[in-house]
Amino acid sequence: MTSTTENTEFSEYAHPEKLVSTQWVADHIGDENVVVLESNEDTLLYSTGHIPGAIKIDWHTELNDPVTRDFVGPEAFAEMAASKGIGPDTTVVFYGDKSNWWAAYALWVFTLYGHRDTRLMNGGRDKWIAEGREQTREVPQVHRAEYPVTQRDDTTERASREDVLGHFGKPLVDVRSPQEYTGETTHMAGYPQEGTLRGGHIPTAASVPWAKAANEDGTFKSRAELEALYRDEAGLGDADEVIAYCRIGERSSHTWFVLKHLLGYQNVRNYDGSWTEWGNAVRLPIAVGEEPGEAPAL
Amino acid sequence: MTTSELPASLAEIVEDFQSVPDPQRLELLLEFSDELPDLPERYDGHAEEMEQVIECQTPLFLAVELDRSGDHSADPLVQLYVAAPAEAPTSRGFASVLQQGVAGLPASTVLEVPEDLASRLGLAKALTPLRLRGMSALLGRLKRNVREQLAESTGDQA
Repeated sequence: MTSTTENTEFSEYAHPEKLVSTQWVADHIGDENVVVLESNEDTLLYSTGHIPGAIKIDWHTELNDPVTRDFVGPEAFAEMAASKGIGPDTTVVFYGDKSNWWAAYALWVFTLYGHRDTRLMNGGRDKWIAEGREQTREVPQVHRAEYPVTQRDDTTERASREDVLGHFGKPLVDVRSPQEYTGETTHMAGYPQEGTLRGGHIPTAASVPWAKAANEDGTFKSRAELEALYRDEAGLGDADEVIAYCRIGERSSHTWFVLKHLLGYQNVRNYDGSWTEWGNAVRLPIAVGEEPGEAPAL
Repeated sequence: MTTSELPASLAEIVEDFQSVPDPQRLELLLEFSDELPDLPERYDGHAEEMEQVIECQTPLFLAVELDRSGDHSADPLVQLYVAAPAEAPTSRGFASVLQQGVAGLPASTVLEVPEDLASRLGLAKALTPLRLRGMSALLGRLKRNVREQLAESTGDQA
């Protein structure tokens, strides 16, 4: 694996090796064992210009199963990774638009498949551009690698709705906007309605909109600021198990990354069914308004 | 023209998309995105003069002008102007398809453009349903804007 020992600027975080700087990417992108993947909300954005040597990953067509609402299966994942020159020991660095929101989602899916060395480029695409670093439209030639077919682990980092039902009494974090949390709306401001029948949140969930973890320039807030936000304000304390959710599991991947890798919570799961599943399911308990609400008797 | 037929300009664009395989359709959309013209000076920096397409995932604004000069007083010619940021190439691409496709068409023709235009581009696999809905919303707002302007001018004459 590529050494990051020279990289001490993230040492305040629980797992500093999970973050790299834009400068680290500039220095290492040509390295034999490093693959840099750009993951954006807008699939065309990579094509308008990207970090030289970076490869596109499309969350919609390459990570989501085209039929079932799930991620791609083991064979498809292995094929996708191999086609991008990724082997099981490759250092895979993710970056993208919107404070790395979709980059964190792609990183999380790689984690489900047990890929060991995954990292985020702090600040993402916007920081790279803001620093005036080079961009290109040239798509790099990829040398295909071998990637073993591995089973996805759907229990360690991922939560199902049954897991959430069994989790009441332990901390839940709702990372959507305050308006989505209270039930005033069922979608983000400026985004289209995605067809959720009920508004509100999962009872007992604390509201911490995901973007609170990011600075203006897209980088993560300091350890102290993050501790104050999650440990104190949201009341996670020293919780053993936390589940985060949003609308379809993408914004909560960002929070999952923060809780697990920056703050060092041991067991953090992302409930990717999130509100588009919970708010449509028959008879699941819902709380509305600003208060977290009581755990239902199940 | 029946409601299922496209005006020639849009039909040509749809055919361009349909004639290439999936990955190249995105490249084509990128070309359209690159071609979206800059706003004329009267709108540049004047988002308040334009209408926001709130259904889109990115801040998108449109303005519609009707040209009633010459023989066109009864059925004016439509010009569409769209402001979409460079960080939103997909929205820009859709806007550009529509901008080029309806440029200079009579209002009556624009109002009859089929609602399923977005799905005819064959991008349903490559893009999320949300994206495609954004384009439908753009078309819907264009038509409503045209309809309102036509109604206003009828009111003026009465």
